[in-house]
Amino acid sequence: MMFSGIMSKRSSSIKYLATAGLVLLLVCNLFELSGTRFFTFDVHNMLVFESFGLLFNAIAFASTLIFFLLSGRDIEKVGVHVAEYYALIFFVLCGISVASSFNTLLMLFLGIEIISIPLYILTGSDKRNLKSNEASLKYFLMGAFSTGLMLMGIALIYGAQGNFMIGYGAQMLTPLMSSGLLLLLFSMAFKVSAAPFHFWTPDVYDGAPTVFTSFMATIVKAGAFIAFIRLFSGSFGNVQPQWQLMVAIITAATLLIGNITAVFQQSVKRMLAYSSIAQAGFMMFALVALNNKASEGLIFYTAAYCLATIGVFAILIKMKDYTFEGFNGLAKTNPVLAATNTVFLLSLAGIPATAGFMAKFYMLSAAVENGQVLWLVILGVICAAISVYYYFRVIQAMYFKEGEAQDIITTPVFKGLLIGVAVVIIVLGIFPDWLIDKLYYFVPDL
Amino acid sequence: MGKLLSLLTAVSFPIIFIATYKSSYAKAHQFFALMLLSQAGLMGVFLSVDALLFYFFWELALIPAYFLCSIWGGEKRIAVTFKFFIYTFIASLLMLVGIIYLYSKTPDHSFALNSFYNLNLTIQEESWLFWLFFIAFAVKMPIFPFHTWQPDTYEQSPTATTMVLSGIMVKMGVFGVIRWLVPVLPTASWAWGDTVSWLCIIGMIYASLIAIQQDDLKRLIAYSSIAHIGLMCLAIFATNTMSMQGVMIQMFNHGINIIGLWIVVELIERQFKTRKISELGGLAQKAPGLAILLVIVALANVALPLTNAFIGEFLMFSGVFSSTATKYNIVFAATAGISIILSAIYTLNMIQKVFYGNTNALTAETKDIRVNEKMILGIIVIGIVVIGVYPKPILDITQGTVESILSRMITKQP
Repeated sequence: MMFSGIMSKRSSSIKYLATAGLVLLLVCNLFELSGTRFFTFDVHNMLVFESFGLLFNAIAFASTLIFFLLSGRDIEKVGVHVAEYYALIFFVLCGISVASSFNTLLMLFLGIEIISIPLYILTGSDKRNLKSNEASLKYFLMGAFSTGLMLMGIALIYGAQGNFMIGYGAQMLTPLMSSGLLLLLFSMAFKVSAAPFHFWTPDVYDGAPTVFTSFMATIVKAGAFIAFIRLFSGSFGNVQPQWQLMVAIITAATLLIGNITAVFQQSVKRMLAYSSIAQAGFMMFALVALNNKASEGLIFYTAAYCLATIGVFAILIKMKDYTFEGFNGLAKTNPVLAATNTVFLLSLAGIPATAGFMAKFYMLSAAVENGQVLWLVILGVICAAISVYYYFRVIQAMYFKEGEAQDIITTPVFKGLLIGVAVVIIVLGIFPDWLIDKLYYFVPDL
Repeated sequence: MGKLLSLLTAVSFPIIFIATYKSSYAKAHQFFALMLLSQAGLMGVFLSVDALLFYFFWELALIPAYFLCSIWGGEKRIAVTFKFFIYTFIASLLMLVGIIYLYSKTPDHSFALNSFYNLNLTIQEESWLFWLFFIAFAVKMPIFPFHTWQPDTYEQSPTATTMVLSGIMVKMGVFGVIRWLVPVLPTASWAWGDTVSWLCIIGMIYASLIAIQQDDLKRLIAYSSIAHIGLMCLAIFATNTMSMQGVMIQMFNHGINIIGLWIVVELIERQFKTRKISELGGLAQKAPGLAILLVIVALANVALPLTNAFIGEFLMFSGVFSSTATKYNIVFAATAGISIILSAIYTLNMIQKVFYGNTNALTAETKDIRVNEKMILGIIVIGIVVIGVYPKPILDITQGTVESILSRMITKQP
């Protein structure tokens, strides 16, 4: 992929190559999920390929595929080095697959870094734009700092347990262990943009080219979450009572800050940045609850969230005006776009009959089942209601307000894909088992 | 009970469509599609015996209503319906938390109503679950102090939607209390019944007093509806056969009567382009057909004998009066009685100002209503009188539900 830019000067052929590669990857992954393996590496037990990670990889690959198909054209518009953008995205995907199946803290670190470094570049890929450069630098500095914290945490845990493996299951918290846990918690919270480590998110998401924001806010964030829950259920699952309250407070702060700040935004892009913080708050429920239902829910949540957000961004990219007013009257000029956008936004808001509802439902029931954090459930519900406000502002603008007609160029394929994604969201909302059963449909390890 | 309310839904929608036959809507296909979608949601609510399915339909009925009001409503529609949506959405999410909690407590992990019936919860658990559910239903009904969305929304919605909202959708709240709240959480219902009853009483008097002051026909009917629903909720918590049966029959009656009233408002508004009581007058001279039919519907709203509402309200009153669930039964019955007197005041006042007196410039050219409109109102009037004279078939339908709910309640009586 990296070298395809030298061989081919036409950017469209690069796009097709990337898409084909991704399809291949997805197919391999699905085969692996159903137990057929094409080749085996000796990974020295540093990676474990189990259904949880593989299923998430499938979701990530599929979402990226949709992302390529929907926004491929816009990637070409960002700059001249199209091949590099695709290559960087593939690097990120590689990092995600490592982070979703790591078994030692070293691999976790590698995975997170492989995810992060290409992202710093992608954020700054709009070289002439000052905001993009600023965002990139900010992201890099903050990211480097949190990586430092993570390394320190890993070192402390190594000191405490004598090796890098997760799943040893600390029986009790020694001071060494708990300071390691704390540092890891902070650095991971930074990566998933949980409050109070979220300050980089709006600026970076706003500054980065919108196509890459879409990628960062969805697939990358979900990948970081999968790593987060793997780490905490594997390494610190036994001492959950000790850290549960801390995570619950982080979750509550994330929900409140994300939702309330999103209400006051004027730009849809920035609103989506805050909404991604808010959604991260809901995904944090999985970490607070840490039971079977939570991991089912997290998988489902990532799928629902990625699909809907990619869809909204794909439409947003086509708009010239990113403010709420820019959406005025879209229903008149582009009924298909408006209707599918409505489905995506309803799903993000968690209205029944969409995937977003079932996702939130799983998260809430996981937390109720856990039984310790009912106050958090109530808070989550109130925040979900607040989120309706800002998602519906877009719907209101599209349907109930008159606006000047913008000429938005869309192809039939683009519209067809949007409809397809919307249908998938509704089908998942009605038959969630279809996805969740895959989690248990797996041949045991070799 | 589900049967009765689905019957109400099934009867109401054709009536609403015929009554608003003359109104033209921009994008009519979308309008009717959304109306039918909300009918589907309502049917689902009344028929589901699975909590998750119930919640699903509950929301499904809400979303078309939101779009109906926002697209085809009056001037202030967007802000008003948004308030309506946020109100009901927060409340129903609280209910969702309650549902999930109950689900996690059932031994067989099921959402079925029967498993919910067999739960054993502590009194604290029941108490807070009770409020989670009650707020959801109270917003829908609406009960004071959760009613503030209602007059605005009724006023701003297109009349056909208002009919659905007030005729059928408010019954979702009453229905929810009867099927999902009282029998599932009986201990808490006994414990909190008095508090709820006081809220109902405050709401009834308060809404009636405001209704007297209203100049807008739609707002007047909206406030009168709050008062009537308050009485139903009060009667539920009186917990005896008579009051329960009264609620059942009154749910049906209120649905018919209020749709009749809305039809009249719709006819008046279409002809005069105004709903202000102060600008109308003397319609009876010019439109005797309309006047006769309206007066009957309005008298049913006041619950005069021979009308259907009399049966319902009589049963509810005697139920509340003889209730053993509370020691304030006489106070409740007396204050609720005052609200009936108040309802007579505002209804008769409205009739007097709109239909009698002298005609003015606006109403001098009044035409009487057409045959099809007479027919629709005629059907409603016939329904009013028939049920008013012979209510037994409806009472028989709901007998079984009432008995089973009460038998569950009695075992938990403190």
